[in-house]
Amino acid sequence: MSTASNLEKVLKAGNFAVTSECGPPRGADPEVVKKKGSLLAGYVDAVNVTDNQTSVVRMSSLSASLILKAMGLDPVMQMVCRDRNRIAIQSDVLGASALGINNILCLSGDHQKFGDHPTAKNVFDIDSMQLIQCIRQMVDDGRFLSGEEIKGKPDLFVGCAANPFADPFEIRAMRLAKKAKAGAQFVQTQCVFNAEKFGKWMEMVRDLGVHEKVYILAGITPMKSAGMAKYMKSSVPGMDVPDDLIRRMQDTPKEKQAEEGIRICLEAIEKIRGIKGVSGIHIMAIEWEQMVPEIVRSAGLYPRPQS
Amino acid sequence: MIVADRKPFEEIIEMLKPYSSILLLGCNECVTVCAAGGAKEVAVLASEIKLFRAKEGKPVEIKEVTLERNCDPEYVEALKPFINDFDVVLSMACGCGIQFVGEHYRNKIVLPAVNTTFYGVTEQHGMWAERCQGCGNCVLDRTLGICPVTRCAKSIFNGPCGGSQGGVCEVDKDTPCAWQLIVDRYKEMGMLDRYLEIQPAKDWSTSRDGGPRKRIREDLKI
Repeated sequence: MSTASNLEKVLKAGNFAVTSECGPPRGADPEVVKKKGSLLAGYVDAVNVTDNQTSVVRMSSLSASLILKAMGLDPVMQMVCRDRNRIAIQSDVLGASALGINNILCLSGDHQKFGDHPTAKNVFDIDSMQLIQCIRQMVDDGRFLSGEEIKGKPDLFVGCAANPFADPFEIRAMRLAKKAKAGAQFVQTQCVFNAEKFGKWMEMVRDLGVHEKVYILAGITPMKSAGMAKYMKSSVPGMDVPDDLIRRMQDTPKEKQAEEGIRICLEAIEKIRGIKGVSGIHIMAIEWEQMVPEIVRSAGLYPRPQS
Repeated sequence: MIVADRKPFEEIIEMLKPYSSILLLGCNECVTVCAAGGAKEVAVLASEIKLFRAKEGKPVEIKEVTLERNCDPEYVEALKPFINDFDVVLSMACGCGIQFVGEHYRNKIVLPAVNTTFYGVTEQHGMWAERCQGCGNCVLDRTLGICPVTRCAKSIFNGPCGGSQGGVCEVDKDTPCAWQLIVDRYKEMGMLDRYLEIQPAKDWSTSRDGGPRKRIREDLKI
């Protein structure tokens, strides 16, 4: 079965896919989303729209997805389990499909402790695994989680995330196998800075045959400065930034660090493309979306396949 | 046991402002074990309040009573002969005890002197930690004795999330990742293949989400 998703078409045709990300603004101005969207248009196959990432209140993922959709982009609506119970989740899935959203990414969500409302109550009625199952059941069987029939079933290409760098490492490939078994059709990974460890993870993924069940897109994040590299290593949970990479950034004069960051990112893309079982990249240029076209061009991934 | 923490002294003093005679209640059960509201803590708090109020020029009379239990009618009854001699009751029992005494003596206000926090264990002397949330539908058989509802900050049934690093939860560096513990346990018991089982969405209706819970044993009713 296929959906109207451009991302699904690109992947099924055997192309190396490129996705990127758009973090909605902390306000109601649609122009911010449009600006980010226009930077990415034509250079990516789909754009993830984050769902109150790092637990900071932002414009809703569905709203920002719609703005991008109207611009001709193919949004991947992210959905976390932190803020909604199974009733709200399924309701939003129906709404998203009704409004023409084709892709959904299932996540547990960052704990609210890290956000701007640390005193909030969290939900976590279901987890990301159960969210994948729930949406696939809605899409494939036309049934709600309760088992009741849906009149007018939603149509969505269902994705998930994976962090090859979190612990315990030995179950990380098994965890993706579980997500594939739950029904995930594509996966976008945490930022790959440690290509060697990513390669090891992919080896374990291939041993389980998971790369044949789910399209794997490796996460890529260009680093703007040595400061950012250090911050990501020390302050972002589950992030693996090797010391030699930080040293390389530190040894570069400040005004050339951004350039060096892009070079490192392109080298990573090159390495990742050589790994068997990787179907694409997911570029997370955090508040640096204007660099995405250059990265895509320099990596030889432009033009993108026409839908 | 039910674990509690004494409230900050300033908060207690503020609550007591309108009153000049206090019945200070302790409990011999859980709050004694976790050193929050037993006879010893009652004595300490009573002296602190008396000293503070004397210094303020508003002395206060305090009677210290520590019941065997505050959650059983037969023990709560013991307060009857003297509870009305006091303006207010300040209780160091857990949230259950505080409410139960109030239900029995409706003309008295019962103030909390502790914050009731969790059901836990004594991990070591002077250190208590949460183990159960009373979800009403135990899954410890599936996770080999480690509760994902309680011990995972996100109550994830198919963990660990991407924030587990070095065996520690992303939320607090002193909290072990519940799913690291579960995976370690699977390995210890030679049952790592069980990790591949997908745990389905939980039925929360047996938990607090289903409304206040009650247990009735007809055979034990008098």
